Amino acid sequence: MIEALGERIRATQTPLVIRAGGSKDFYGQQIEGDILDVSGHRGIVSYEPGELVLTAKCGTPLAEIEALLDRHGQMLGFEPPHFGTASTLGGTLACGLSGPRRPHAGSARDFVLGMEILDGTGQHLKFGGQVIKNVAGYDASRLMVGSLGTLGVLVQASLKVLPKPQSELTLQFELDETTALKRMNEWSGQPLPVSASLWQSGILSLRLSGASSAIMRAQAKLGGDHHLNGPDFWRQHRDHETAFFSGDLPLWRLSLPPSAPPSSLAGKQIITWGGAERWLKTDADAAEIRAWAAAHGGHATLFMGGHKAAGAFHPLPRALMKYHLRLKGQFDPRGMLNRGRMYPDF
Amino acid sequence: MIAPKIIRRLQSVLPPDCLLLATEDLKPFETDGLTAFRNIPDVVALPETENQVKSILRICHESGTPIVFRGAGTGVSGGALPVDGAVLLAMTRFNRILSIDPLARLARVQPGVRNLAISEAAAPFNLYYAPDPSSQIACTIGGNVAENSGGVHCLKYGLTVHNVLSIRVLTIEGDELVIGSEALDSPGYDLLALLTGSEGMLAVTLEVTVKLLPKPERTQVVLAAFDDIGKGGAAVGAVIAGGVLPAGLEMMDRLAVEAAEAYAHAGYPLNAKAILLVEVDGTQEEVSEDVMRVREILLAAGATEVRTARDEAEQKKFWAGRKAAFPAVGRLAPDYYCMDGTIPRKSLPDVLKRMAALSEQHALPVANVFHAGDGNLHPLILYDANRPGEWEKAERFGADILELCVAHGGSITGEHGVGIEKINQMCVQFGSAELGAFHGIKACFDPDGLLNPGKAVPTLHRCAEYGAMHVRGGKLPFAELPRF
Repeated sequence: MIEALGERIRATQTPLVIRAGGSKDFYGQQIEGDILDVSGHRGIVSYEPGELVLTAKCGTPLAEIEALLDRHGQMLGFEPPHFGTASTLGGTLACGLSGPRRPHAGSARDFVLGMEILDGTGQHLKFGGQVIKNVAGYDASRLMVGSLGTLGVLVQASLKVLPKPQSELTLQFELDETTALKRMNEWSGQPLPVSASLWQSGILSLRLSGASSAIMRAQAKLGGDHHLNGPDFWRQHRDHETAFFSGDLPLWRLSLPPSAPPSSLAGKQIITWGGAERWLKTDADAAEIRAWAAAHGGHATLFMGGHKAAGAFHPLPRALMKYHLRLKGQFDPRGMLNRGRMYPDF
Repeated sequence: MIAPKIIRRLQSVLPPDCLLLATEDLKPFETDGLTAFRNIPDVVALPETENQVKSILRICHESGTPIVFRGAGTGVSGGALPVDGAVLLAMTRFNRILSIDPLARLARVQPGVRNLAISEAAAPFNLYYAPDPSSQIACTIGGNVAENSGGVHCLKYGLTVHNVLSIRVLTIEGDELVIGSEALDSPGYDLLALLTGSEGMLAVTLEVTVKLLPKPERTQVVLAAFDDIGKGGAAVGAVIAGGVLPAGLEMMDRLAVEAAEAYAHAGYPLNAKAILLVEVDGTQEEVSEDVMRVREILLAAGATEVRTARDEAEQKKFWAGRKAAFPAVGRLAPDYYCMDGTIPRKSLPDVLKRMAALSEQHALPVANVFHAGDGNLHPLILYDANRPGEWEKAERFGADILELCVAHGGSITGEHGVGIEKINQMCVQFGSAELGAFHGIKACFDPDGLLNPGKAVPTLHRCAEYGAMHVRGGKLPFAELPRF
């Protein structure tokens, strides 16, 4: 399969659009080209719970990986969003998306130990490995995470996995936006077993994970109301299945320093990641949104819907773009892989 | 030698006390923490302002003069070893903590700030910087970024790459780049991951923003003794498979235990073939539950003795032996050579057995100290540099150990970096296509190859020569091992 994919890349004269489950077709700039279907390259290559390491081919469905980990009391620490049943490991890593646990456990790239790719010349490259610590050579594995397939087709990845917490509990507090932001930051600075946070419409939801006794004590300290269906609440939010995410208005994702102030932008909002991620349903002007995010030390992504002519992703400073273009030229000299998915003609 | 005309240009942008030229001033910079390699630099620049750094880079870029960056010089792979004809640029005078934001939990610091100084400055807010390389009292954060330094607590808290939010760097072409931000992600490629651990090959760091963590409410240490090193190795995997993620999981073999005990009087059981130190941290309750689980798992794994530290003083004592392991082993022989391979944890028993055989074959003793939870080995090869040929023998033994790690699916370096030391072993770990990709990445940032030349990534030519040396007689090293 890898040989065939490599051959296809070498031979193509038309830019290729890399695709597995297609669950994130909406993400990034919409591009044209021949579909390179990588969904057939699937299967878990190795998994040993005692190693906390799992290696899988990139077309493997995320659900299959999570089910296996679950049977051994382990999980993907970055709690990736699925956006449907078709999502694969490769797509998840190529988009570099992480879920509610991210500020507390780490991001998709933090858990990547090794990556095999096919570069733009069809060459099969193996970076990193299956060990937790490895500083031999440049960290090209993590460079691939979030590169949207513009540097290479991800074919296989090794990830560090985590033991599942013994128990979890979701608490809810009635708080206004300013107070909620303050609390999220304060709590993150204390040795509390917080594993997720979300503020919406005057309610702050907080997930605690760990030993039952630790959770009980944290609950006694923090107060709040016990949310009876915590797991569904976080999963539905993670996968954008709640009412907030429906409707035609463009969906923006703002990534900010966690202590950034409440937004002055128009529209409906959800605050997650302890204040570091803010989802916005708004038809406000792209330039205005980006200016506000940048002024507060962050960036804004037009996540879904809207007019992507303004760019799905926050523009890069010119000097930084220079090195991006050089890296793209290095890994994909003919510009055949997901060209334009991240930035125009890139 | 650097041309006098370039020295004159450097003198024109730097005050006299920022440029060292006299041999007696240059001598302290001839080596870093890997003292087996020495080379007196032609010139040492110790700039005090960013403008001076920019001027030095501009002069070097225009004149095609190589540069080697250096922090505190504690690295143990020769990454800061001077290169002939190069400027050695030491960033140690950039030693200010610029700001600490307790609410957002981050510290913005200059690259010459010492690792431990960050945690000390954050302590009043009950926060700390997690990566703790054993040199943390002296090593700088700029050096930590260059090497992607680890430490005792990597298993739970990650390496430097997991704890740095943003860096501001300068490229040889004079571009100042802010990479990452105070947010948790940034648009574009993850250049933060790419530059962290790039060993001074891609850019020089001007500023670093690190993540601070709340100090755990409680920490507890469990010590376990084993009458067989293989059982100790298996217990490591059992603890982790048992659902506990220890903050630290360290292992020492008999030689290391004996040396450490004689040196630090930590109270280690001397008849043990291996001891494990398991540190768990978290809330009061988490720690209590984890300690109970860890004790059960260790006993089930065949530990002959399991002790839980009674109080903080005893915890410190348990750790004192481990932390003194290197100097303690240093008393057993005139010199030691510290290796840094990683392997999957399951290979621990096999690799240890094979290492004992290599020790006999090379007729050099080896003491083993590991970050066992990470599968990160630090074999200490004992030798006497004054005996002709013994260093070469130690170096060959070390190379064999690293290649053994690769053959088991591991890596030639877990946290010390490649530098000059493991440049040949890079040829064993990576194929020519990957090495080509690394050279390509290097060329994106440093097209003329002026930054730290000859380090970290070998030329294919060098690999061909090394490979030729290796397969002499048609024998691959460790041909009995499966390779995949």
